[in-house]
Amino acid sequence: MAETASPRVSPPSVPPQRVPAPLPSTLRRNAPLVPTDSQASRALAAVIAILTFLAALCAGAAEIVASSADQWQGAVAQEVTIQVRPSPGRDIDADVGRAESLAKAVPGIAKTRVFTKAEAERLLEPWLGSGLDLSDLPVPRLVTLTLAEAATPDLKQLRTNLAEALPGVASLDDHALWLRRLSTMANTFVGVGIGIVALVLIATGLAVVFATRGAMAGNREVVEVLHFVGANDDFIARAFQRRFFGLGLRGGIIGSGAALVAFALAGLVARNWRSGPAGEEIEALFGAFHIGWRGYASVLLIGVIASVVTGIVSRLTVRRFLA
Amino acid sequence: MADRVNTDSLLSGTEEPVVQFESVGMRYGLGPEVLSDVSFQIAPRSFQFLTGPSGAGKTTLLRLILLSVRPTRGLVSVFGEEVSGISSEALTGLRRRMGVVFQDFRLLDHLTTYENVALPLRVQGRAETSYRAEVVELLRWVGLGERMHVLPPLLSGGEKQRAAIARALIARPELLLADEPTGNVDPGLGRRLLRLFIELNRLGTSVLIATHDFALMDLVDARRLVLGEGRLRVDA
Repeated sequence: MAETASPRVSPPSVPPQRVPAPLPSTLRRNAPLVPTDSQASRALAAVIAILTFLAALCAGAAEIVASSADQWQGAVAQEVTIQVRPSPGRDIDADVGRAESLAKAVPGIAKTRVFTKAEAERLLEPWLGSGLDLSDLPVPRLVTLTLAEAATPDLKQLRTNLAEALPGVASLDDHALWLRRLSTMANTFVGVGIGIVALVLIATGLAVVFATRGAMAGNREVVEVLHFVGANDDFIARAFQRRFFGLGLRGGIIGSGAALVAFALAGLVARNWRSGPAGEEIEALFGAFHIGWRGYASVLLIGVIASVVTGIVSRLTVRRFLA
Repeated sequence: MADRVNTDSLLSGTEEPVVQFESVGMRYGLGPEVLSDVSFQIAPRSFQFLTGPSGAGKTTLLRLILLSVRPTRGLVSVFGEEVSGISSEALTGLRRRMGVVFQDFRLLDHLTTYENVALPLRVQGRAETSYRAEVVELLRWVGLGERMHVLPPLLSGGEKQRAAIARALIARPELLLADEPTGNVDPGLGRRLLRLFIELNRLGTSVLIATHDFALMDLVDARRLVLGEGRLRVDA
């Protein structure tokens, strides 16, 4: 029986055979069980791409701020300043010399540099303009001390010594207040960045929950048939997970790729601007607009996390939907 | 034709029935009872028809056996296992021992005929190479050898039906359920499909065919389970 097939005649070149002929090479054998190429999947991949892009931008910006703040802090913390104020009846040059020798006596101070009167006055030029005679003004004099690397000189002791030797005239500024503010600001930036990345990943997860539920409803027939032919819930959940992980991966790659391109472009633009005065200020503020390997790694990591989140969330959603 | 098939409803020896209903009642939500006080058994290797007018509850009864709905009252046992409170793993295990042909075929439109027929083996986690020859052989046997890369929407009604039947048979089920399997085909093809089921029954599978095609039933000397107004009568 079952000779019901279309009675086709084999071409003469092929001898009739009882052994089943090999399968045609074009036969598709393991297509995904959940239909893939629908508009909803493309929309979801686009949403994931956009969210990944935004999260990656945030992470990159936080990384730029963090590394610039690190550079600043490193540069600033390597230097402390002694300020010597002119005082009536005192020889300011002698005071400055005294302060310098006190500083030199402290172990861990690599270099001292005394700003001459002319240099100290030049520091005021940006505020007061040039060509003024400042000789009548009581301009304080500065001694900058460069700390030796990996040394922790006893600045407290130096401060006490200065206060004893030159009371009311010399003071030591180790920029601690400024550094604290800078590091608070940088940490705030990084914290906000991490928070935004977390929010964006949560939004991705929620978008995937809705998309999975939509896909489950749209493929109710498929799920039912899979159940009837003996698929267990885990098998079905895996089929959905595979599909959504694929979508998440596509979205994640597009989003983080776009973010990398955006950073590269921003770096190029920043380099072109650097010639102008505005560029110098921008660079002074943000560093060289390089996000560094840590930045690139976090951008890529966000893409990977977005796809993993997509896969896991879809699997959990399917399991809950089926239960 | 009038094939003689195994219609024994008496159980031989200690073999348990494949399906056993005891005073089963079924209603959907708060609606009227679709089935009331239905009791019967399907013996191993038996062949029977399930008949009755449209809306008599044939499909509901098949769904009860398929465990896609649970009875409102009474006991349903499948392969000796009482199904109330059954775990989902056990449910999957029971379903893998059954083959089902739906009235509307329920082929997956995005999979080829080959993939559709191979589905029951694929969901068991088997590698594609391990069942390829089997699937191709069965497809050739039901006359779909030339149509295996075609998607279901491009198949004719009769081809879909044969693909659905092949899918139900591929895992060599112990119980075959068919809902109006000849409803969409011309009488000649209907008879050929019936012969396929009889052949399968001879190989040891219990067969239950839901139909209201009396001409078809008259071709086989088999037990008839007749549903009417929610009650079941057995015509030997």
